[in-house]
Amino acid sequence: MAQLDDASVLALSPKFRLQWEEAQNCYVLLYAEGMIKLNKSASEILTLVDGKRSLGAIIEELKSRFPGAPIESDVKEFIQVAHERGWVHVKEPS
Amino acid sequence: MNADGFTSKNLPKPLWLCAELTYSCPLQCPYCSNPVDFAWQKDTLSTEDWIRVLRQARRLGAVQLGFSGGEPLLRRDLETLVSEGRKLGYYTNLITSAYGLTEARIKALKEAGLDHIQISFQAGVKELNDFMAGTEVFEHKVASARLVKQYGYEVVLNFVIYRDNIDHIDVMLEMAAEIGADQVELANVQYYGWAFLNRDRLLPTKEQVERAEQIAHEYQEKFKGRMRVLFVVPDYYEERPKACMNGWGNLFLTIAPDGTALPCQAARQLPGLEFPNVRNHSVEWIWNESPAFNRFRGFDWMREPCRSCPERFKDFGGCRCQAYLLTGDPANTDPVCSLSPHHDLVLAAIASARASAQQHSDKGKIVFRNVRNSVRAAH
Ligand code: SF4
Ligand code: SF4
Repeated sequence: MAQLDDASVLALSPKFRLQWEEAQNCYVLLYAEGMIKLNKSASEILTLVDGKRSLGAIIEELKSRFPGAPIESDVKEFIQVAHERGWVHVKEPS
Repeated sequence: MNADGFTSKNLPKPLWLCAELTYSCPLQCPYCSNPVDFAWQKDTLSTEDWIRVLRQARRLGAVQLGFSGGEPLLRRDLETLVSEGRKLGYYTNLITSAYGLTEARIKALKEAGLDHIQISFQAGVKELNDFMAGTEVFEHKVASARLVKQYGYEVVLNFVIYRDNIDHIDVMLEMAAEIGADQVELANVQYYGWAFLNRDRLLPTKEQVERAEQIAHEYQEKFKGRMRVLFVVPDYYEERPKACMNGWGNLFLTIAPDGTALPCQAARQLPGLEFPNVRNHSVEWIWNESPAFNRFRGFDWMREPCRSCPERFKDFGGCRCQAYLLTGDPANTDPVCSLSPHHDLVLAAIASARASAQQHSDKGKIVFRNVRNSVRAAH
């Protein structure tokens, strides 16, 4: 598994689609024959995974949105899990 | 309006929309889930009708869209419907036998925005596959699966499992891994429709099922992280029924080729229910208001032993079609449940299939799914 650090540029796996679902009133991840409903914080993080930002940049962005909140370890933990589940992957430097 | 959604009522949403585009199919699988009398049903929905259905269901919250059949590739407007579905925000799935799946079509569907293709197999080897399909199609399926992979789709292979192929799931799994499938479904036949007619010929023995399940688990370990392996057991060997469709009118909405709206593909045969048609009613009315979709919704319709059973919230009393096919009354407890007073019917079916397995070392009587047999069976 590609290693994950602050410099890793993250992208959503092409097998998943992130979209806002009006009927669910939340963001969801869609995949072959299934759907995962995302809670608020998961949505905040995943909507920043755009194939351009690094993990560090995502953390910085969230810190500026939620000043004072101790978010760093939560974000890292979530990204770790999302990575293991194949939702996000580390983009190879091109 | 309220805080957690756009509906004011607390009704479930049809998250899964299954569009059965046609009952026509060049294959003749004797376990096909289409109605036995499909030859009498006409494909009457136009492209515009389908588009209207997709829009209305999407507004109601549908998010997974499956194009199936019959063979959905027979519809020339498939690409148009995929493109509309994708634009509406559906995750679009094509469920196909691969018959007619050419490279040009794989490409056109990709451009239309199709997300995922599932190819069904009758077996892991050519001879048995083509015998069950009633036509030569195995090699084309394998070649198509490779192409689908090449075009960057998520590849799901679905092997339908029955007595003659259940001892060879290792062959299926090795083949799927070699093709590079993302997911393999080993789906034991569910005994409705054509499969019910052929039950003696198709139902594996308990020993076969247990062995296959064990092999599936070994392969789950072996391919961990590379290929997902799902094993769907035949519910006849369970003590409790499956949570059929996750409850009647709770998650699934099927639209048949003639526009009939159904809570599951097999429900059409149930007596005493008038299923609404999308040509006369809106999807919203059908889902929320129609008597048919409310008939077995929730728990009030239940009889004993389900009515007071703590497990009813988990399995919804099982499958209405199975209750009807075996006991003659769709409001009964699914006889797969060992608490059902009709459970002996399932045990008798198992015994009968076992006897037939011992009789025919070779191929026993089998009714293929085709127009001739459909016309005959309906009379
Ligand atoms: S199960 Fe077989 S016969 Fe039935 S629609 Fe599918 S491919 Fe055709
Ligand atoms: S009695 Fe009914 S609710 Fe209880 S386990 Fe059996 S099928 Fe499920």
